[in-house]
This record gives sequence, structure tokens and C-alpha cells, in this order.
Amino acid sequence: MSTAPAALDRSDADEDVRPDLPWLTIVWNDPINLMSYVTYVFQTVFGYAREKAEKLMMDVHHKGRAVVDSGTREEMERNVEVLHSYGLWATVRRDD
Amino acid sequence: MAGGFGRRPGGGVSLRLEQVEAQVIENLLGQLSQLFDELPKGDPGLAELGISESTTPPSDPVLARLFPDGYSEDDKASGEFRRYTEASLRDGKEKDAATVLKSLTQAPDIRLDQEQAHSWLRALNDLRLALGTRLEITEDGHDRFAGLDWDDPAYAMYVTYDWLTQLQDSLVHTLFGD
Repeated sequence: MSTAPAALDRSDADEDVRPDLPWLTIVWNDPINLMSYVTYVFQTVFGYAREKAEKLMMDVHHKGRAVVDSGTREEMERNVEVLHSYGLWATVRRDD
Repeated sequence: MAGGFGRRPGGGVSLRLEQVEAQVIENLLGQLSQLFDELPKGDPGLAELGISESTTPPSDPVLARLFPDGYSEDDKASGEFRRYTEASLRDGKEKDAATVLKSLTQAPDIRLDQEQAHSWLRALNDLRLALGTRLEITEDGHDRFAGLDWDDPAYAMYVTYDWLTQLQDSLVHTLFGD
């Protein structure tokens, strides 16, 4: 993978993960999905900058799973439905 | 692979695909479509609303991978999620496959707009997930396939999987603009 372009000075990378909302979208590592593809899906589905999408992809790859978004239960179920349409292994979980 | 994906000067995506390669993709999508018929249909009235009777994961490992649980530690929530999403997930996969099949008739020089390119992206991934699950692909490299005889059916399947991987990676990097 090539390196990401310098991020625009727009917002903190984690600002849009809202801690007051108790539901999470989790993406799990799997041996088939390509790293480039997973990065592209995170950019497309969540509108994340490439740098953030790559960091989340690497978290999934190295830690086995990563929280990719938080919000209401309905929002997280919608995320998971879209991620399943792209073939990512994603689940909803209440934050504890 | 002779061609692969590239950017078209006026926007959109081009794909160079030999007839024989187009035929392979068509055959694989046909097999996948047959496998989808194993999913429970449910009540026709409810099905129109996108509600199925499925509340448990499919027993076939490929179907279970393509239609995964929505919750990892809550069977009841997972069952409800499946009831309301499995039918539309299947519809989406079939629409993507139909888009790919239609564009294959342009082979060897296929032209796609952005939306059609995304259908290709998801459909290629479905095929890779199906073949990869059957081959029991793991993280630990693919050495065991190098030792297979060329007439072993698993070897042919692996060669196809590897080709689809290159094709999909070519599409991802085209969409990135790399």
C-alpha cells in the first residue's frame, strides 16, 4: 500500500466517535478480505479520510477486531447491514 | 491476466477481460446464485417487505460467511437482525451479480460507471469469500497450495481465487486513484 496523503487540518481523528452513545460497530479480522479493500470500504461507508481508514484496518488486522463507529443502536445496525453487503465481518455491541 | 481495471479518461472505470475470463466469472456467479437458493424463503407476503423467516445462521459455511450474524454474543438480537436484513442483503448481492453479468457482454473491453464499479467490487468480494471459505484460506500464507498437483481440483480453485484477488486489488487501486 502506498502512504496516505497528509490529512487536512479539519478535525481530530477520533472526534466523530461519540462516547455518550452506547452502541458500537465492531469489525472482525478475517483471512480473505484484502487490506486495501477493507480500507476502501471504511472510506466509502463512513466517509473517513484514508489515513484514519488505514489505521482502523490495521487495528482490525493486528488486534483481531476494532470499533469503527459508535452511536445509536439503529445507526449501528444500519452500519453492520452495509458492511455485510461489502462482505466485511461486522457486528453490533452495546458499549460496556 | 492481460488487462485488469483502469481509469477511463472521461471518468468511470475500464476493464479489459478476455472472453474466457468473462466466462469464468459468469460460471462462478451462476454457482453462487444457486447456493443462495438454499436460504429459507419465508412467507411470501413478509418477503415482499424484506422480512424472512431466517433467525439462525445458514449451515453451509459459504452462506454463513456471506450472511453473517449481526451480534456476536446475543443470539436473540442476532436472530431478529437476520429476520429483517437477510432478504435485502441477498437482493443486493443478486443485483450486484446481475450488473456484473450484464457488463460481461461487453468483453473484452468493458466500461463501467462508478456505481457499476462498486457492484463489481462487492461481487468480486463475494466470489473471493466463497472460494476462500471452500479452500479454508488462513492467515498463515498459501504455501499448502503450491504443493498441490496441477490436476487437483483444489489447485484449480486456488488459481481462480488468486486471479480474482489480483482483479479485485486492481479495482480497489483504480478507485483509490493510485
